[in-house]
Amino acid sequence: MSSTTETKQSAEAGFGGMQARSGAQINATSRISVRNLDFYYGTNKALKGINLELPDRQVTGMIGPSGCGKSTLLRVLNRMYSLYPGQRAEGEVLMDGRNMIDPSVDLNELRSKVGMVFQKPTPFPMTIYDNIAFGIKLHEKLPKSELDDRIEWALSRAAIWGEVKDRLQSSAMGLSGGQQQRLCIARSIAVRPEVMLFDEPTSALDPISTLKIEELIDELKRDFTICIVTHNMQQAARCADQVAFFYLGELVEVAPAARMFTAPREKRTQEYITGRFG
Amino acid sequence: MPMEQGDHIVRSYDEQLRRLRDMVARMGGLAERQVNDATVALVRRDASLATEVIGRDAAIDQLEREIETFCIRILATRQPMAMDLRFIIAAMKVSHNLERIGDYARNAAKRSIVIAQQPAIGSLNGFSRMALLVQENLKLAIDALVNDDAEAAQRVWAADEPVDDVYNGIFREMLTFMMEDPRNITAATHLLFIAKNLERIGDHATNIAETVHYAVRGDSLPDDRPKADASAYAVVRPRE
Repeated sequence: MSSTTETKQSAEAGFGGMQARSGAQINATSRISVRNLDFYYGTNKALKGINLELPDRQVTGMIGPSGCGKSTLLRVLNRMYSLYPGQRAEGEVLMDGRNMIDPSVDLNELRSKVGMVFQKPTPFPMTIYDNIAFGIKLHEKLPKSELDDRIEWALSRAAIWGEVKDRLQSSAMGLSGGQQQRLCIARSIAVRPEVMLFDEPTSALDPISTLKIEELIDELKRDFTICIVTHNMQQAARCADQVAFFYLGELVEVAPAARMFTAPREKRTQEYITGRFG
Repeated sequence: MPMEQGDHIVRSYDEQLRRLRDMVARMGGLAERQVNDATVALVRRDASLATEVIGRDAAIDQLEREIETFCIRILATRQPMAMDLRFIIAAMKVSHNLERIGDYARNAAKRSIVIAQQPAIGSLNGFSRMALLVQENLKLAIDALVNDDAEAAQRVWAADEPVDDVYNGIFREMLTFMMEDPRNITAATHLLFIAKNLERIGDHATNIAETVHYAVRGDSLPDDRPKADASAYAVVRPRE
C-alpha cells in the first residue's frame, strides 16, 4: 500500500452539508522531511520506505499498534539508534537541507536541535536547578545570570516555574510524576531545540497531569515543531494537527487529525482507530 | 465505497451498535406507518383511524428519547471514532428527523378529522400519490441507513422532485377551490396544510438520506439538491 501524504487539507465535509472544519490548516512548510527511510534492527526491517513531512510549528501525532514502527521512527529522528550496534537507517531525514542521519552531522548538534521526552520521567538525581543547567552546559557556556534567566525561561515555558521557583535547590526526585515530566520537558527546551519529540509522554501520568502536558504541548507548538507518539487515540485527536498511522513498519495514512478520526481513507486505519483490529 | 469492516475487539460494543441500528429501523417503520395511516384516514374520511394515528405519535417520541439517551451513553463510554462515530451521530440526527415526521403525520391526522366533517372537495388522489412517493423515499432512506448503502441514499436524496411537483399541483388546485366557493375555504386550507406536511416529510426523508450518505462515506452530498417547490411564487388570478 502506498503511503498518502497530504500537506494541505481543505475544509472537511460534515453532516447535513455543514462544513466541519479542522480548525487548524496543516502548515505547508516542513521542518523535517523524511524521505524513503528504511530502518533495520540487525536483519529485521522495522521501517519500510517512510515518507513523511513534519509541518513547521505544528503537532504530528504518530499512532499504530505496538511494534508498528512509530517509536522507531521517533528514535531515528534524533539518531538515538546510533547507540546500538546492528541498528541502521537508510534514507533521508532532511532538516534545513541536510540529512540529519548522515554520520557527518554532529550528534550533539542534532540533539540540540531535536529534543526528546520519554514515556517515564527521567530526572537526574540532582537539584531541580542543576537538572536544567546540565543540558545547557553541554551545549553552551553562559554567564551565571544568563544561565539563571534561561533556566527560569525553560521552567516557565514548561509550565512548572510557579511550582518549583522556591525550591530550585531541592532534589528533582522529590517532585511528583507529572512535575518530573514537565521538568524533563523544561530540560529539553532549555537548549532551545527546533523540534521536540515526545514518546508516550503521559502514559505514566494521572489524568490531571496528562491534561497539563497536553495543554503544554498546545502551548509549545507556537515555538517548536512537535512529534508525539501516543497509544491514546483521544490524545492524538486532541493534540495533533496531523496524524500518521503506522502498521507493520509502513506508513499507511497521514491526514489532518480532524479527518483521520472522522473519515480515514484507508481500511486498516479505520479498523485500528475504531477498535476492530483483530 | 463504504469499507467492509470486521467486528470490534469488544463484542458488547458491536451489540450496542446493532441495537442502535434496530431502534432506528423500528422508529423508521413506525414513522412510515403513521404517514400511511394519516393519508388513508384523510382519503377515506376515517376519523377513528385518524385518532389512532394521533395516539400512536407518543411511541415515536418515546423512541427518539431512548435513541438519544442510548447514543449519549455510547459516546460517553466508547469514545467512538470514524465510521462508528459517524453512525452514532447519524442515528441521533435521523431519530430527530423521524420524530418531526411523526409530528407532521399527527398534525395531518388531526386536520383530516376536521376535513371529514366538511363537504368533500375534489379528488384527493394527489394526496395519495404524494404520500406514496414520500413513504417510498422514507422507506428507502431508512433501508439505506440499515444497510450502510450510500448509493441508495444518494438516489433518495435526488428523488424528491416528483414530491414537489405534486405539491405544486395541489397548491394551485386548492387555491382554485377556494376562489370558486368560499365554503371550500375551511377544508381547502386544512388540505393545504396537509400537503405542506407531506412535503416537509419528503424533505426530512432527503435529510435522512444526506445523513446516511455522510455516515457511510464520510463525505457530504453537494449543497444544491434538485428542488421543484414553486408554491412560494404561485399566484392565481381572479377570473374576469
